[in-house]
Amino acid sequence: MSSAPHRAVVIGASAGGVQALLALLPALPADFPWPIFIVLHVPADRSNVLASLFEAQCGLEVKEAEDKETARPGVVYFAPSDYHLLVEENGDLALSSDEAINYSRPSIDVLFESAADAYGEGLIGVILTGANNDGAAGLKAVHAAGGVALVQDPAAAYARTMPQAARQACNAALVLPLDRIADYLKGLERE
Amino acid sequence: MPHQTEDIEIGLLLEALYQRYHYDFRHYARASIKRRLLQARSHFNMPSLTALQERVLHDPEMLPRLLGFLTVQVSEMFRDPSYFRALREQVLPHLRTYPSLKVWIAGCSTGEELYSMAILFREEGLFDRTLFYATDINPEALRAAEAGIYPLDRIRKFTENHQKSGGRSSLSDYYTADYGRAVFDKSLRANVVFSDHSLVTDAVFAEMQLISCRNVMIYFDRGLQDRAVGLFRESLARHGFLGVGSKESLRFSQHAAAFSEFVLEEKIYRKREA
Repeated sequence: MSSAPHRAVVIGASAGGVQALLALLPALPADFPWPIFIVLHVPADRSNVLASLFEAQCGLEVKEAEDKETARPGVVYFAPSDYHLLVEENGDLALSSDEAINYSRPSIDVLFESAADAYGEGLIGVILTGANNDGAAGLKAVHAAGGVALVQDPAAAYARTMPQAARQACNAALVLPLDRIADYLKGLERE
Repeated sequence: MPHQTEDIEIGLLLEALYQRYHYDFRHYARASIKRRLLQARSHFNMPSLTALQERVLHDPEMLPRLLGFLTVQVSEMFRDPSYFRALREQVLPHLRTYPSLKVWIAGCSTGEELYSMAILFREEGLFDRTLFYATDINPEALRAAEAGIYPLDRIRKFTENHQKSGGRSSLSDYYTADYGRAVFDKSLRANVVFSDHSLVTDAVFAEMQLISCRNVMIYFDRGLQDRAVGLFRESLARHGFLGVGSKESLRFSQHAAAFSEFVLEEKIYRKREA
């Protein structure tokens, strides 16, 4: 019934997130088989450089998510600044300018919760460094829908509040150091 | 699976709203509408969306409260200042050649964009020859738009945006501060028609030189977007202008060929020769 690909990765990060993603994304192979959706909190006027910044460092195609586009495997989609990014049941992307959630737009929770609906047990949710609580409810939703929940080890994170909050909200989450997360994702791919 | 049940409930609730009250959200993008309905469910303390549906079907007073969740957008005055700068510098010089103008703010919500446009037109000397239409499907939002009162703590951002848009005056010239509120000057709405109008179910009502409809169609599915853009196409005079949201595009629309990209980076389009 659904044309959605069966797996996807969602990543949420805030303070320290650019550096963390620069460690994580380039470690993924160019033929990574699933779409990757990312909410990274950055000042509004800097977000439109994200895609080009990461594209230069990655084997993967990186772009800013557009409303109603169909997610493709092996493509990294960043939520645009000042818009929420959601995933529809059929795998199409959707943007919204609904109010900020936990002072955040884009909100990690909004992305994770909608993706959990769309992908269910096929979803892998990853919470990285950050200094607020966004993403905690979202990661819980990913796990509740049967997906895989990963959290960067707060002790080694640039800012520990966000991974800590996510781990508290979702105690089944697997806690990994940053440099093991890419390997873990590649391992899932081989399953 | 529980979330499949929820999806069934959403379809039924939207159908109920349509049949009972003729508000048609059936072709809104589903992920956002689901989020808003779940927020409403928890706000009204309902055990399920089915319970919410029963309540709104039998209690018409619930309708405006639910519409608040389904429609109201909090916007800013001069949101995306570069959009208003492009209107000021590139679109208004063309509009200046007309003896009279009609401008439509479609989906005006609580009026922030309307007042921005009215101030822009006043600064550029076009206000007196312009009739503005401000439309929305939410009667409470329209009432708020007509009142033109905003919390003072939002004014700093509005002022900053206005300056960035190339504002020639001070925003404070247009409102009076009163008990923590900014009350906008009623002369700004002297030439404004506020009206209940749906891009989903209603038709063309006047010929426009400029239509601004930002972050409204983003909530529609593709079919509904086509309907709305078709409505704008029919409403626009020859060479009329259409501005959409910074993340919206006519690129995938079945009406794309009817428009040229006038200021591409600001999503301002111009209707081609018929």
